[in-house]
Amino acid sequence: MRTSELAGALGLEVLQGEFGDREISGGYTSDLLSDVMANAKDGAVLVTIQAHKNTVAVASLVGLAAVLVCNGREAPQDMLEAARAEGIAVLRSASTQFEVSGRLYAALAAQAPAGA
Amino acid sequence: MHYYRQGRPGSGARHALPTAPAPGYLNYMPSVPISPESGPQVVLELIYRLKVRDAMSSPVIWASPGASMRAVQYLMRDNRITGVPVAVEDRLVGIVSMGDVIEALDAGRMDEPVESRMTRAVISLEDDMPLAFATTYINRYKFGRFPVLDREARLVGIVTSSDVVRSLLVAMNREVERLEEKLAAAAAAEAAPPPADGRVRLSFQVTRFDFENAGKASAEIKKALKGLGLDPALIRRAAVASYELELNQVIHSEGGSIACVAGAGSVEIRAEDRGPGIPDVEAAMREGFSTANEWIRSLGFGAGMGLPNARRVSDDFSIDSGPGRGTTVRCRINY
Repeated sequence: MRTSELAGALGLEVLQGEFGDREISGGYTSDLLSDVMANAKDGAVLVTIQAHKNTVAVASLVGLAAVLVCNGREAPQDMLEAARAEGIAVLRSASTQFEVSGRLYAALAAQAPAGA
Repeated sequence: MHYYRQGRPGSGARHALPTAPAPGYLNYMPSVPISPESGPQVVLELIYRLKVRDAMSSPVIWASPGASMRAVQYLMRDNRITGVPVAVEDRLVGIVSMGDVIEALDAGRMDEPVESRMTRAVISLEDDMPLAFATTYINRYKFGRFPVLDREARLVGIVTSSDVVRSLLVAMNREVERLEEKLAAAAAAEAAPPPADGRVRLSFQVTRFDFENAGKASAEIKKALKGLGLDPALIRRAAVASYELELNQVIHSEGGSIACVAGAGSVEIRAEDRGPGIPDVEAAMREGFSTANEWIRSLGFGAGMGLPNARRVSDDFSIDSGPGRGTTVRCRINY
């Protein structure tokens, strides 16, 4: 699955849609940025409730393809601008991290030969 | 700074000056807005380094005492000057200004010899005096020109304020050029990584609680390492170390700096802050130990993973800290 297909596949709202379209390598669910820094993989989607500029900084350093904001949290404008500058997609769901992670896992497993 | 210590202008040590200079017309001279006492270091250096001889006009146009005032008037007209020293051989005996000529014209005494109408108490400069003397004399006496004598008291030149200003401008231009070259060289040395040893050196300032810019140093370091063509896995490790150290400074320190040296088989990241220091370094190195407050935790920081993460990705890790002093953390990653 590619970044551009995420919103359609998981029923997400696109908050920041200017990104370099790429193949999604997997997902990581966390609200601790140090944890994301340490464990998220390049090309992954971050499932989180941390909707601020620093999430984008971490996403950029780790090489994440997208940040998926859960619980319908508000994403501030400076976060979206930073994400645009870095070419990272920002998507939003009204669902919890648990539900979104489950759907993402299922969607990636369905098409990836080696799973997410 | 090389001041001319002996006989600073105004000290009167070597050159006693007449207290009441003779009055004269058209003696107005624009002052030179430069103080020999204070001002930019560069300018002070200049006015003490340059000599009166660097500014004076030479050879000087002069008249003998027996010349008529009319002859002097023609001398002024033909040479477009407003003052003429009067000399016997090369000995200065007086000076005539355009004002003296006008007065003679008014009184119908243009055929009289110069010596009867000249000013005898002449204030002169010496050719090896610093230019500072000239600016002081010009500003103090308001005369249009000062004859210049050499050590043997021979008349060798003449100085006006425009001579002084011109020579200062030329010297200042040269000085500014030199300073600009120096600045450009310094900027180039800072901008371009020194290719001598093939290493990249970066340094960033980090400000307390500046979450706006948190991560910028790490982003720049990552970019530079990419530019070196290093392995992505290695870059990732360096990014983790620098980000954790950078965020630690933002969250916990009073400000500090992040420096990175990369090349020749290793990436070294050094984080140095100004305090307040870690009371229990051993505890701080334990995963989950955190002193961060609620609002910092709500941002996703302060989980007690920073230092352990930085150590985990490093091949060589050291931390030096204590209460009341700064913290220095060094992470080296080899390749």
